[in-house]
Amino acid sequence: MSPEQPPGTPLLTVRDLAISRGGRALFDGLDFTVLPGGLLLLRGPNGAGKSSLLLALAGVLRPAAGTLDWHAEEPPKLHFLGHQSGVKSRLSLLENLSFWRAVNGPSGITPPVALDQVGLGDLGGLDAGYLSAGQTKRLALARLLVTDRKLWLLDEPLAALDAAGDTLVARLIADRLASGGAVIAATHDDLPGATRTLTLGSAT
Amino acid sequence: MSAVAAILGRELRLAGRTGADALTLVLFFVMVGAVMPFAIGPDRQLLGKLAPGIVWIAAFLSMLLGLDRLFRADEDDGTLLLFRQASIPLEAVVFAKMLAQWLLTALPVLIASPLLAILLSMDMASWGKTLLALLLGTPALTAFGTIGAAVTVGLKRGGLLGPVLMLPLSIPVLIFGVGVLTVMDGSTAPLLFVAALSLVSVAFCPFAAALALRVGSE
Repeated sequence: MSPEQPPGTPLLTVRDLAISRGGRALFDGLDFTVLPGGLLLLRGPNGAGKSSLLLALAGVLRPAAGTLDWHAEEPPKLHFLGHQSGVKSRLSLLENLSFWRAVNGPSGITPPVALDQVGLGDLGGLDAGYLSAGQTKRLALARLLVTDRKLWLLDEPLAALDAAGDTLVARLIADRLASGGAVIAATHDDLPGATRTLTLGSAT
Repeated sequence: MSAVAAILGRELRLAGRTGADALTLVLFFVMVGAVMPFAIGPDRQLLGKLAPGIVWIAAFLSMLLGLDRLFRADEDDGTLLLFRQASIPLEAVVFAKMLAQWLLTALPVLIASPLLAILLSMDMASWGKTLLALLLGTPALTAFGTIGAAVTVGLKRGGLLGPVLMLPLSIPVLIFGVGVLTVMDGSTAPLLFVAALSLVSVAFCPFAAALALRVGSE
């Protein structure tokens, strides 16, 4: 619990984690450690529990067993990017981002810069309802940039994105890792720079 | 604090963009009151006597009408999930949403109440008292409604279940709210009781509703 964390101290240590949904055990006995600069890929067939694991890490699902040790940060401050974008269609792109910046804390880059970063710089005043699925995903990614948080939990970050979008996600993740953060991503695609891959649904 | 203000501002802005919600609510409020004379008959004295009760029922019903959208939209687009990672606790998020809900459903009704008072031939004094009672009592109704909405947000067709859940809780508010008019000796006890109900429920509701949201998302 010391405020000064030496480099290399894990952000998160998971011990003997088990998750069940609707009375059905998804997996148990899961152990892993997330180090700063680490990109952990979650793989496995549909229904293996990738999204459930991310929700458990985000504090939404209560694990059936096991412990999550967040070391210095308790409760953890992290970003979650799921299938739902959390974007309000009647608000403009900038209003959407400014809202999340105010709610999550203004520790990241400003909304216009974040929009530029994800390639939506010209659309700041547009209602988010006019965006395509891929553009909405980019806007959701911009939310991760307006508030600075060490750990990102990404559920299918590449879904709905074009080739340029894939490159964008890879770049954002690389930036996050380079600044001492960590990323846990559930994906069926390839993300460059993975330091570890965890395959669910094969052991049991 | 800025996070609470941001949530409040966003709710009001969204309601302003859509616009129709508050107007529908006010129309419903006035219409419920306006059909009462047809049901009761053209007895002005009886109507004047029943008027405070009718205003309360109309306000109560129109506030129920707006309940379902309190958390529903945020649940549907994933915002509710993201609020769990906010820099403020979920209880504070719920409090901000509850405040916005009062401003969007109770305040329009209060503003429209003179219209109903005229339709029901209330005199100025009893309208004033009803307005004061509504002002003090509607926060409790919103608070109970917030709990109802939070409990039912996980149900896809929970639209009417929330109001049904909050109805029994709201009965004391109605009793003492209408009681403000019926006490003879000018005692302020019912008014104070309504105010106390509002204070307690507003203080208690964010915790109960946040708990319901947490459990509901599992």
